[in-house]
Amino acid sequence: MTMLLSVSDVSISYGKVEAVRSVSLDVGRDEIATIVGANGAGKTTLLNAVMGILPQHGRIAFDGRDIAGLDIEDRVAAGLSLVPEHRELFGTMSVADNLLLGAFRRPRASAARAFERVYALFPRLKERRQQLAGTLSGGEQQMLAMGRALMGEPRLLMLDEPSLGLAPLIVADIFRTIGELRAAGVSVLLVEQNARAALQIADRAYVMELGGFILSGPADTVSADPRVIASYLGFQGEAAAPSAG
Amino acid sequence: MNTTILLFLLQDGITNGAIYALLGLALVLVFAVTRVILIPQGEFITYGALSYATLATGQVPGTARLAVAMGLVALGFDLFAARKSWRPGPLARALAVDIVLPVTVLALTAGLAGRINNVPVNIALSLLVVALIGLFLYRIAYQPIAHTSVLVLLIASVGCHLAMQGFGLVFFGAEGLRGPAVSDVAMSLGPLQVTGQSLVVYGITAALIVALWLFFEFTKYGKALRATAVNRLGARLVGIRTTLSGQIAFLLASVIGAISGILIVPITTLYYDTGFIVGLKGFVAAIVGGLVSYPLTAVAAIGVGLVEAFSSFYASNYKEVIVFTLIIPVLVLRSLAAPDVDEEKD
Repeated sequence: MTMLLSVSDVSISYGKVEAVRSVSLDVGRDEIATIVGANGAGKTTLLNAVMGILPQHGRIAFDGRDIAGLDIEDRVAAGLSLVPEHRELFGTMSVADNLLLGAFRRPRASAARAFERVYALFPRLKERRQQLAGTLSGGEQQMLAMGRALMGEPRLLMLDEPSLGLAPLIVADIFRTIGELRAAGVSVLLVEQNARAALQIADRAYVMELGGFILSGPADTVSADPRVIASYLGFQGEAAAPSAG
Repeated sequence: MNTTILLFLLQDGITNGAIYALLGLALVLVFAVTRVILIPQGEFITYGALSYATLATGQVPGTARLAVAMGLVALGFDLFAARKSWRPGPLARALAVDIVLPVTVLALTAGLAGRINNVPVNIALSLLVVALIGLFLYRIAYQPIAHTSVLVLLIASVGCHLAMQGFGLVFFGAEGLRGPAVSDVAMSLGPLQVTGQSLVVYGITAALIVALWLFFEFTKYGKALRATAVNRLGARLVGIRTTLSGQIAFLLASVIGAISGILIVPITTLYYDTGFIVGLKGFVAAIVGGLVSYPLTAVAAIGVGLVEAFSSFYASNYKEVIVFTLIIPVLVLRSLAAPDVDEEKD
């Protein structure tokens, strides 16, 4: 069976600076894949290119179809959705309107169904549905950004640093929701600095440094790699340190 | 000044102010959605007014042919944009919008002009023609550069204004025109003479403002337009095309401009370049509203109308000077209140 998302040999440049160098990445169906790495490694750049926000060289296939030439709106229609790091909510509009617009490309009947699903996933949003998005707390805004993306019933949800700046309890809640999405048939591509949480939940993992992947494979194999333990998971014991060098 | 003059000036000011309010709202709408400062708004006024006045004389206005020509150019742009992926759906849509629609409107105009000469038909035809011109103007002049800076879009606006004003001179000549009033009713309210036309102006302004409010608050596309204005990337990420939002904004702005023109042309003689000055007064109101606030713009527009009416009574030679000077204290106040903005960023 073909992969849901297949990125092959993609490079992305800002002017003359190459931010991502010929990377290849796969996300399977009903699977959570994660890209971990330090700040500035190129993770966000790669997600933005997959969504069509940034131009790239190389091949991006979604469900076997080449989408590299499509613009953002057509990628949304194809079933991709991105929750960007800055969330990009409609701050002066209500929570309900933000969600409604998430289903802009969907028929009215499926929007009504999606509302129920999103409110079941994030009951807090239902309580706050009349409130302006800009007045929500950080955690609620993250829920709204995810909810808005899910309103479009995507097949692949890409999340850029969903835990950034949130309290630990809310982070746990967000990660629990990500797990539920997989069970509901939505694949997830997760970019995270919180490597421990990301690797715990993911099926497949990529470690990015300086614009390239230094490691990839099943998430449990990647998290057992000494380099990952040393750089991203912290020292787990004396034994890890020597083999990392 | 006695009460009669005061009341007369108030009425005059509010009538003009209502029209400036419409224009100001359209400018705010277009800027919020597309970041375009719509200088050619003045031409939408002129085209609407003079197309209506020309139809009233039984002739076909040149603007109907301009719409066909612009449609052809727009089709060229659409075909060029679609060269990499030919799909039947968008292609059929482009043909329908760029060719079939303007040709039908031209045929309708040519068929009806001089035969059925009544006010509602002429208004409908004028609005159709100007709406198409607004739509194609966006496609040709703004859509290809939609991602550029506000400055580039402003320069394009100046170019569009000059070109369209030139076409206006070709189509309508240097002589001014007046159109028939929508309503000939006149009545006295105490010392005040109220014309049916000014009542129509109030009624249509109020109706349009309510209609715009309903559109933005309760319809999917109205909300999509607001979303684009609030956050362009956010809107694209949910699949709202910025080009669609731009088209709707320009369609609304051109229709509002044309309605304003049709409302003014029975009150005052309009020349091919009058719309620019009228549009600028709407712009003054929009600037007072900071190019973002609809209610502030509407209130400021009434203020502009009143200042204009009173200054034309007290110092008619300086009427325009006084009105446009209003903008200076507003800009000074706003620049003091606002933090420094990086000019490279939009």
